Amino acid sequence: MAFRAAVVTFPGSNCDRDMASALEAVSGTPALRVWHADASLPDRLDLIALPGGFSYGDYLRSGAMAATSPIMRAVVEAAERGVPVLGVCNGFQVLTEARLLPGALLRNAGQRFVCRTVALTIENADSLFTAGYRQGETIRIPVAHHDGNYYADAATLDRLEGEGRVAFRYAEGCNGSARDIAGVLSENGRVLGMMPHPERAVEDAAHPAMGEADGRRLFESILARLAVA
Amino acid sequence: MQVRVLVRLKPGVLDPQGRAVHHALEGLGFAGVEDVRIGRLIELDLAEGTDEATIRQMCEKLLANTVIESFTIETSGRGAG
Repeated sequence: MAFRAAVVTFPGSNCDRDMASALEAVSGTPALRVWHADASLPDRLDLIALPGGFSYGDYLRSGAMAATSPIMRAVVEAAERGVPVLGVCNGFQVLTEARLLPGALLRNAGQRFVCRTVALTIENADSLFTAGYRQGETIRIPVAHHDGNYYADAATLDRLEGEGRVAFRYAEGCNGSARDIAGVLSENGRVLGMMPHPERAVEDAAHPAMGEADGRRLFESILARLAVA
Repeated sequence: MQVRVLVRLKPGVLDPQGRAVHHALEGLGFAGVEDVRIGRLIELDLAEGTDEATIRQMCEKLLANTVIESFTIETSGRGAG
């Protein structure tokens, strides 16, 4: 059966096409596109993707306005039913603002917008999103953000680590994130928020500096796990 | 009814903007700057009699992210106290 993924576009999203393109490249099926003002999602979705960008111009706080949009009510409801949700960059910020994931993304500790490919360590290779990686493996994925400094109180960080909910850590300095956390999973493991952009790393580019394919396995992991289920 | 909501980063949450401004003030030659923290002032014009519980809900649901921020509500005029 064809893979049914929906990509949500908010005003100011700018990675929605990249996400849709990556999903199609990996699954062979065009992704469905959903607008922020839509009150409902297509049915029988295998994945909802919240893309990167600057939704609502980052007004108030990154992701804060998007979290109040009509489509997010439907996304929260779908997540509660167990529909997998992937939030990348601004999508991660939206997921924390919508309280689907704990913590918050603060301004980068160095104040600068960080835009480069970074090394990440796979901390949990047993999730829906990461089963295609090896535990402890180092991969390279681009980041591009100003507010990626993950914050949660110590008790929450301990719980995330104890429950295997840290999916990725930065293997190098990046933005000042607490315990170098780059991606976190929800309690049921079906919601992933991450600052790095796997959708920008799905195919080997002609020049090594242009990109790598380490993000591809994230999408392949989802497809493989859903095919088995 | 005029309401001012002051949103601040909680103590202990790193404020890189405050740190940069602190550094800039020192660069301008101002001595004795111990710390700088940057927050946000939100001015609301609300219907008379809007109760404080409603304003608190506005803060908790949208105006502040209580994971990282605290807020105080200042009201002038009758209504919320």
